[in-house]
Amino acid sequence: MRASNEPFFWSMFSAGGMVAAMVIPALIIVTGFLLPAGAIGFDRLNTVLTNPIGRFVVLGITFLVFAHAAHRLRHTMIDLGVTQFRLQIAVAIYGLALGGVIWTAIVVFA
Amino acid sequence: MTTAATMPETIMIDVARYHPEHDEEPQYERFEVPYRSDWVVLDALNHIKDQDDGSLTYRWSCRMGVCGSCGMMVNGVPVLTCAAFLRDYLPGPVRVEPLAGFPVERDLVVDLKDFIGKLSAVKPWIIREEETPLSEGEYKQSPGQLADFKQFSMCINCMLCYSACPVYQHEEEFVGPAALALAQRYNADSRDEGNAERYPLIWSDDGIWDCTFVGECSEVCPKHVDPAGAIQSAKLESTVGWYTSFLPLGRKRD
Ligand code: SF4
Ligand code: FES
Repeated sequence: MRASNEPFFWSMFSAGGMVAAMVIPALIIVTGFLLPAGAIGFDRLNTVLTNPIGRFVVLGITFLVFAHAAHRLRHTMIDLGVTQFRLQIAVAIYGLALGGVIWTAIVVFA
Repeated sequence: MTTAATMPETIMIDVARYHPEHDEEPQYERFEVPYRSDWVVLDALNHIKDQDDGSLTYRWSCRMGVCGSCGMMVNGVPVLTCAAFLRDYLPGPVRVEPLAGFPVERDLVVDLKDFIGKLSAVKPWIIREEETPLSEGEYKQSPGQLADFKQFSMCINCMLCYSACPVYQHEEEFVGPAALALAQRYNADSRDEGNAERYPLIWSDDGIWDCTFVGECSEVCPKHVDPAGAIQSAKLESTVGWYTSFLPLGRKRD
């Protein structure tokens, strides 16, 4: 029996699920509601998000959420019966997620 | 709730028939059986066998949800037919087919070979490095230690979870929900020391990692075994094992 490398992807998936469930709603409330409503000042938020640690945290969160979505999508394809070209599909889906992460990095560190 | 006034006198049952010697593929045959509010699908099948066609072939034994032999697809969902009341399928017709995902031997009887092989492949017995001599008494277990695996030990091998699992439908090698829950039953047993012997199979791509966490196995399980939960815990253990395998003292990967 060959040991699986799936634990790596699964741990990213799990962490991403956690982040998606806990941090993303908070971010939506902060950036989508509190900020426009003036409850949080733009400058304050900007200082938090643009300091070096803030930038890495944002990138980390995005990375995990992308990893989560990619993994879920890959497995849903199998559940839906798309069982051919697994490697190609995996490369395409994780590649897309990686692209999203790189894009985020460019935006975050610009 | 159907009241006596609206209660039908009969109900239609569409049964999948298949005779390997002269059928290319399964055919459906319709039977009209008396409707009784306390009848289950298995009663209807027994009525058909008794009154209409003695050659109808299916498995059953206990008629009380214990033996696990009467599992079939009823209207496309895997159920124990001795626990599926006709009243829940009104007004009918009720479609009865063999369990999905298994080769059909005849009518509603499926081939168990693959399933039985997988059950024994996970080494479902207590493995000890060294047996304690009988004179030292039994292996004691606290209620808490029992609770760690009790749920996983309730399985009656009805195979409903395999029929409900979308992965098993196209992944013949997948060890599958019940066998993985059974592995977890022994791995979580404080008397057992055989985890390392079970890991190579259950941690492989044909084991827990084939599972896409659909969760249907736990939905259909008549004994609340929660195979999906068992697989989830095993995934966590396997992941910890994977990361620690890179540490100097970690378990090495095969
Ligand atoms: S885990 Fe549940 S559904 Fe699966 S074989 Fe055992 S009792 Fe049946
Ligand atoms: S006949 Fe035994 S479980 Fe249904």
